[in-house]
Amino acid sequence: MKIEQIAELLNGKVVCGEEYLDRCVNSVFASDLMSDVLTLRSDDLLLMTGLGNVQTIRTAEMSDINTIIFVRNKKVNEEMLQLAAENDMVLIECPYSMFRASGILYQAGLEPIY
Amino acid sequence: MQFEYIIEGGNFSKAGTASSLFKKVLKQLNVDPKLIKRTVVALYEAEVNIVAHAYNGVIRIDIDTERIYINLTDNGPGIPDIELAMQKGYSTATPEVREMGFGAGMGLSNIKANADNLRIQSEVGKGTTVEIEFLLKED
Repeated sequence: MKIEQIAELLNGKVVCGEEYLDRCVNSVFASDLMSDVLTLRSDDLLLMTGLGNVQTIRTAEMSDINTIIFVRNKKVNEEMLQLAAENDMVLIECPYSMFRASGILYQAGLEPIY
Repeated sequence: MQFEYIIEGGNFSKAGTASSLFKKVLKQLNVDPKLIKRTVVALYEAEVNIVAHAYNGVIRIDIDTERIYINLTDNGPGIPDIELAMQKGYSTATPEVREMGFGAGMGLSNIKANADNLRIQSEVGKGTTVEIEFLLKED
C-alpha cells in the first residue's frame, strides 16, 4: 500500500518526507519499545509508535525502516525532523490511539511481521 | 581500514551517532545490506549500552576483506555477572534509559543474535570491553 493512502486512512499529518509518499509498504510493526524493533529481521515495514524521541529515528535508521507513524498525537521535534530528513524518512503524526490505528491498517490489508 | 569513535556516557541525544557514521561507511564499501543491518543493529545496541551505563567509552572498528571487528571499551561500573546480564529480560537500566525505548534487558542477547562472534570482558568498578565480529565471507 502507498504511504499516501496510509496517511489518509489514519487522518495523519505528514511532517517529513512528503516527496516519498508514493513509496509502498506491506507490513507494520507497532511498538513503543525500540529494543523489540531492533530484533526484527524484516525491513519492508512501517513502524507505528507512541515513542516520540530521537532514538525512535535512530532505531529506524539502523533497522532500515523509512516510514514512522507517531500515534496518540505525539509530536515530532526539530531534532527528530532533521535526523529523519537526513535519512530520507517519512514521518506521520496521527491523532489516533495505537489500537485504533493498528485496526484500521490491519483491516485495510497491511500485514503483521509475526 | 580502521575507525575510532568516542562515546560520551549519559548523552542520549547523541547515542547512535557512531553507528550512523559507520553505517554510511559500510554503504560506501558496498557491503551486503543484510550484513550492514546485522552489524549496525549490534553496534547501535552496544553503543546505547555505553551511553546508558558507562562514563565514557571508545569504539574501535577494524574492517578488512575477511571481517568486521568491533571493539567497544568503556570506563564504567562494569558487569558483575555477565551470564546474568546476557539473560533476556535482565536489566539494570535507569528510568531515563527506559523512556528512550530501551532497557528491557534485550540488548546483549540481540547483539549475540546478530554477531558471528561476541566476547564480553568486564571488571567491576573499572569497565567493560565488548568485542563483536562479523565475517564477510560465508564458508
